[in-house]
Amino acid sequence: MQLFLPIAEVSVNAFVLIGIGGIVGFLSGMFGVGGGFLITPLLFFIGIPPAVAVATGANQVVASSISGVLAQFKRKAVDIRMGLVLLGGGLAGSGLGIWVFAQLSAAGQVDLFVQLSYVLFLGLVGVLMLQESLRAMIRARRPGGAPVRRSHVHTWVHGMPLKMKFRASGLYISVLPPFMIGAFVGFLSAIMGVGGGFIMVPAMIYLLGMPTKVVIGTSLFQIIFTTAFTTVMHAVSSQTVDLMLALLLILGGVVGAQFGARIGVRLRADQMRVLLALLVLAVCIRVGLDLVLRPAEFYSITLGHLP
Amino acid sequence: MRHALALLFCALAPALALTLAPAAQAAEEQVIAGLSQSSVSITADFSGTEILVYGAVKREAPAPEGGPMRVIVTVQGPDIPVTVRRKDQRYGIWLNNASVGIDAAPSFYAVSTSAPLRQALSETEDLRHRITIPRAIRAVGISEEADNSPAFIEALLRIREKEGRYALRENSVALTEETLFRTDVMLPTNLTEGDYVVRVFLTRDGKVVDSIRRAIWVRKAGLERFLYESAHEQPLLYGLVALITAAIAGWGASALFARLRW
Repeated sequence: MQLFLPIAEVSVNAFVLIGIGGIVGFLSGMFGVGGGFLITPLLFFIGIPPAVAVATGANQVVASSISGVLAQFKRKAVDIRMGLVLLGGGLAGSGLGIWVFAQLSAAGQVDLFVQLSYVLFLGLVGVLMLQESLRAMIRARRPGGAPVRRSHVHTWVHGMPLKMKFRASGLYISVLPPFMIGAFVGFLSAIMGVGGGFIMVPAMIYLLGMPTKVVIGTSLFQIIFTTAFTTVMHAVSSQTVDLMLALLLILGGVVGAQFGARIGVRLRADQMRVLLALLVLAVCIRVGLDLVLRPAEFYSITLGHLP
Repeated sequence: MRHALALLFCALAPALALTLAPAAQAAEEQVIAGLSQSSVSITADFSGTEILVYGAVKREAPAPEGGPMRVIVTVQGPDIPVTVRRKDQRYGIWLNNASVGIDAAPSFYAVSTSAPLRQALSETEDLRHRITIPRAIRAVGISEEADNSPAFIEALLRIREKEGRYALRENSVALTEETLFRTDVMLPTNLTEGDYVVRVFLTRDGKVVDSIRRAIWVRKAGLERFLYESAHEQPLLYGLVALITAAIAGWGASALFARLRW
């Protein structure tokens, strides 16, 4: 069924959109990532203009994150206090990110910067996660070698002031590291047009030492607010949120997120991290190839004047 | 008195005929054209449309000597400023390195002819009436900077042709007995709102004999119109509605699946 989208001004198949929403929602519910880093390239691929894809993608991520976080709430897997600290940092960081984005637009190199950020951060996070989770899997499989589980590891993070108790995570640490992580992710998400879950999740696991089960719900909780902020910002400043496109993506997304959340519970934590790492690396390689391979068409057309 | 009037009329009649004659000769072949529809509504299920352009040649006298008659039909969409960028390899990666702004490029341009273009139209007439795609583009808004970079204009034409926005369809106008003509012009799904100008040219020996101009109104309608206008007139409210929709959908799916106890 072909449908004409009022803001994107293209006609696309409604079932393709529901399908894209469903796949991204599924992954979102399973891994606790918003899925922005997936949905934006997928929308480009089916011919949605980039500005509309970024803004509407953010709106879809709000819906699938809410759907996912409610499922996590039922399992008491959300650390609200930690989420609020991350969010505080996130809003500060995204304010700075929006300013930097405007500066880069004036210089005319936003596309490049966004692509490089994708390759760099997706690549880094993907490799680190893959390496760590594979090592954990091998360790678990070694005969008689049930891994020595320490309740948590003391790192430099634990020696900082302003300590606070995060009961759901079983942590007693300074608020500064989560605030800084939030700010860093907020900054990147404003520039890359994503929720930032793929950076947030490993940062919470490896830097803060939070248990994997709590990480997903907390990440989703934080992403809801970041992407809600982004959606309204885009709607007001550039009128690029397409409600009809968003509705179809959401329809697929919220259902997908429910399935994802349930499948996620059945997977072992280390298996889940391997899968997420592979997914992140796949997107990284895809974006990276565009930069390195000789393009079929050297020229591109964008509507509007030069900034 | 009555005689006097009759005399005056007799005296004036030849004079009137003389003054009218040159005008009649200039337009001895006139084109009359109609469109199957003069407005296009873009609704949710819009998937492109075909416009039938038809018409006839009106003659007071037998067809003049000379080459055969040809018909050219052009359809032009609203002009929009665009930026054309070129990627170059720097430090091993491909990045946008040069760009040229074009003040106004038609969002759609289709040329249909009844014969191969170069038989139907001479270069000079093309230049004067700005009929073919490259001429029409240069007519509207090429800055000096862009004019000095023909590669960028060529790229614009090439990309838009691939997208189906620009098209030259030779021999697609059916012409009967040098009098009746018709052609179908396909408007694609990615239409830009605005007034589309349809021009019909009659040519002989590559020279334009007569032309006519018609307009098609292309507008969003129904839900499309409503969403588009809300997004632009009430952006904050629109953004909040988008959020609330997302929240309700997210919560609804969660509640539904909880009830299913699956």
